[in-house]
Amino acid sequence: MSTVALTAMQQGLQSCEACGLLSRPAPGADEGRCPRCNETLEFRKPDSLERTLAFLVAAAICYIPANLLPVLTTVTAKGRSSDTILEGVVLLWSPTGWPLSLIVLIASIMIPSAKIVALGYLLFTVRRGSIASNEQRTRLYRVVRLIGRWSMVDVFVDTFTVALVQLQPLMSVEPAPGLFFFAAVVVLTMLAVECFDSRLIWDPASSREVQYA
Amino acid sequence: MDRRYTVGQYALRSDVYNRPLSGLSLIACPDCDLVQRLPDLGPGASARCPRCDRELWRRRENALERTLALSLAGAVLYIVANAVPMLGLTAVGHQAFTTVLGGARQLWRDGREIVAVLVLFTVVVAPALQIGFMLAITLGARREPSPRWVGTLLRYHPTTGTWSMIEVMLLGVLVALIKIAELATVIPGLALFALGALVFVIAAMQASFDPREVWSRVAWVEGGDRQKITGERASEAAP
Repeated sequence: MSTVALTAMQQGLQSCEACGLLSRPAPGADEGRCPRCNETLEFRKPDSLERTLAFLVAAAICYIPANLLPVLTTVTAKGRSSDTILEGVVLLWSPTGWPLSLIVLIASIMIPSAKIVALGYLLFTVRRGSIASNEQRTRLYRVVRLIGRWSMVDVFVDTFTVALVQLQPLMSVEPAPGLFFFAAVVVLTMLAVECFDSRLIWDPASSREVQYA
Repeated sequence: MDRRYTVGQYALRSDVYNRPLSGLSLIACPDCDLVQRLPDLGPGASARCPRCDRELWRRRENALERTLALSLAGAVLYIVANAVPMLGLTAVGHQAFTTVLGGARQLWRDGREIVAVLVLFTVVVAPALQIGFMLAITLGARREPSPRWVGTLLRYHPTTGTWSMIEVMLLGVLVALIKIAELATVIPGLALFALGALVFVIAAMQASFDPREVWSRVAWVEGGDRQKITGERASEAAP
């Protein structure tokens, strides 16, 4: 074995995504199964960039109606009124309620948009073959993977507001079309994160190290 | 080779197994693919990738027993959290109660079926699978070698964790609770406290678990090669 740090792919080895076992494909074969857990093995996640991009574009499209359409409709004796997510944040803002408002603002507005921008940046730099700040980009990916689930907060706030405020004919709350698009943004960005293969960030740097060795 | 390609990729994949290396300590970092040798860790110690700082392995003490105990506690709390009311509301003579399931049911009735299914999946189905799988894994792994189904459950366990969102729901419920408290009197139900405890129990359950330990016990699909790798252990046992 050489003294230069090598990746499994450069040594012709495959690492199992399920159980972590490192194994060598049969001669002539590009992919096989893990002898320990039967998982199909590949050097990299299949079509990682294309799939991530597809989910990301879908999420970005849903992001527009998610923010423009109302998520909740309140029905009272006076009539109906609808709120978008941003209006919900503004409504929650009060001298005592501002921490909640801040939670919803961060979880529903800032996290989804930051996620889309961060994944777009990762896709762009990986496709360009960038070798700069690999460690920070890997860390960025881990943070995106970790915090993405918290955008679902608004879906749950709306769900349980709807479930509880059913005081007909006095007052009731119904879910509105924006809720579907908002939930779609959260799910699609989570799927985009799952499809992305962070090892691609390191591949250009790994091959360069070997060249100069 | 050509003939096998023509029968389709599934036929090809089904019968070709990779060959394992001679030892189990050599691994590739899941985040950056750097090949490295895992050191022998003491209890509680962890190993990180020198290139990307990913935690590769943390050795847990009594991982199986602790995880089993915590997943049993989780199962009990889960049943309580789903069986009793979570929130109640009284306003001018009206009273309303909702359970965790009630939230999804009301969305379905109001015509948001897809969102209702998503809520049902993330707070009812996925947590049940997450706890149930862990319970089965820790029970099945007591046998050595562990049956193959332990490996199958362990393979899907991280996915159930990704989609299990009890802690996110709890934050959402608290926000909704305070929002509604301005209009009516809100009565927190027993399920709310059970959910609060469940969030911590699930986190502890995940933290006490050592998947590497269980994988080392699971029976291999390709049985013959396992003998070679565990040969060291076998020779230790033999006098």
